[in-house]
Amino acid sequence: MALSTEEVLSGLAELVNDETGIATDTIALDKSFTDDLDIDSISMMTIVVNAEEKFDVKIPDEDVANLKTVGDAVNYIVKAAG
Amino acid sequence: MFSLMAHQKIVVTGIGAFTPLGVNATDTWNNLLAGKSGARTIEKDYVAELDLPVTFAAQVVQNPDEILERVEVKRLDPSSQYALIAGREAFADAGSPTVDPGRLAVDWATGIGGIWTLVNAWEDLRQKGPRRVMPMTVPMLMPNGPAAAVGMDLHARAGIRTVVSACASSTESIVNAVEHLRAGYADVIIAGGSEAAVHPLPLASFAAMQALSKRNDDPTRASRPYDVDRDGFVLGEGAAALVLETEEHALARGARIYAEVIGGAVTSDAYHITAPDPEGSAAARAMKTAIEIGGAALTDVVHINAHATSTPVGDIAEYNALKRVFGDHLKNIAVTATKGATGHLLGGAGAIEALFTVMALHTRTVPPTINLDNQDPEIVLDVVTSPRQLPEGSLVAISNSFGFGGHNAVAAFRSYP
Repeated sequence: MALSTEEVLSGLAELVNDETGIATDTIALDKSFTDDLDIDSISMMTIVVNAEEKFDVKIPDEDVANLKTVGDAVNYIVKAAG
Repeated sequence: MFSLMAHQKIVVTGIGAFTPLGVNATDTWNNLLAGKSGARTIEKDYVAELDLPVTFAAQVVQNPDEILERVEVKRLDPSSQYALIAGREAFADAGSPTVDPGRLAVDWATGIGGIWTLVNAWEDLRQKGPRRVMPMTVPMLMPNGPAAAVGMDLHARAGIRTVVSACASSTESIVNAVEHLRAGYADVIIAGGSEAAVHPLPLASFAAMQALSKRNDDPTRASRPYDVDRDGFVLGEGAAALVLETEEHALARGARIYAEVIGGAVTSDAYHITAPDPEGSAAARAMKTAIEIGGAALTDVVHINAHATSTPVGDIAEYNALKRVFGDHLKNIAVTATKGATGHLLGGAGAIEALFTVMALHTRTVPPTINLDNQDPEIVLDVVTSPRQLPEGSLVAISNSFGFGGHNAVAAFRSYP
């Protein structure tokens, strides 16, 4: 099922907020998970695992390292769900 | 053994508790004095679904998610959540002392560890596969998780240690804290224990070994130490913490001092994995050593917070050990068994009972043993059933804990000043 960038961003922002407490409105496409949002590797993996279930996609571990920004993750999920 | 021991007094300057009797130490203590019980029916679907033989427990009175940050709740097993609540309260109660992180340590304890996390992760693995096992599973289930939660929160960098010795765990953590302070490893230590095992698996397991009371229709009357009709312990949960520091450090910062911890001792039965040695010789040695290492005489002891879990065999075995230690002096000692009110907090039991012992000396009031309608005629003890005033002067009290595995741990306290 095709998902829009907006849908994925807002869904992903909820998952990030749920895991870290970071306010959803600060979670924008250009934010780096590590440098801007200070998300550690365990939280990142938790978000990835939850995103797989929420968006019904697969995000292999070797691809997670390439998801530097929120935008990277949103684009990846939009593509994978397409 | 510990050459510095005689020179360094250790004092209690802060207390914290999150228990079936209250969300903090004050509520817990007041409800204990009021003779209340923390036991109630478990209002969860799993009780009926699994047809559990025991349907009640002494449960904490507030959901931790109403106290802690959401992220803390998410990343911590309940055993660590309870620890964090009690640890923070104790440190704040001690006046949130400014202490070099390299001189601040944690000696914590749990009997079981993160059982909710462990079993939930197993369910996820079975039902959804390995990809759905959360990355935080290991740090949440490990038995040192509660200690780490308390220590990280307070930036304790002089060591964060965990004792696991079943129901003796958190008395042993207090004994260790005293030794660590006397050995000079730290100036301030948060010592305590926590347990969050009101879960169907421990309930079924303890019931399988006939350890639990089956008084399902009357939970508040089920835990009845020393009563002729006692039929087992009541599973409890919660946490308690004490802030211990050297007297020198406490006085230098003008801290309020509740009581002195004069000593502690750990011995082992090496007799049976669950049954206490009926002779009680190792348990007796733990009591005697704790008192004597603290420079007190056996006849100085005026109060004992007994382990007394309300099992038919255990209460008698401890009584035999008490007779062995105190002989004729036993009749002069005001004994209480607070598990009647709190249930059995397992790895948190020693800490909450140490807290009660400290408060008994500080307020000079022995808290009651509830539900003692007909004292077992084989147990000839002066059991306190309503709050009793202690005399003036310098008083010594001990708190006993014994655990599966044959662990005996005793902490000894003196009123202060």
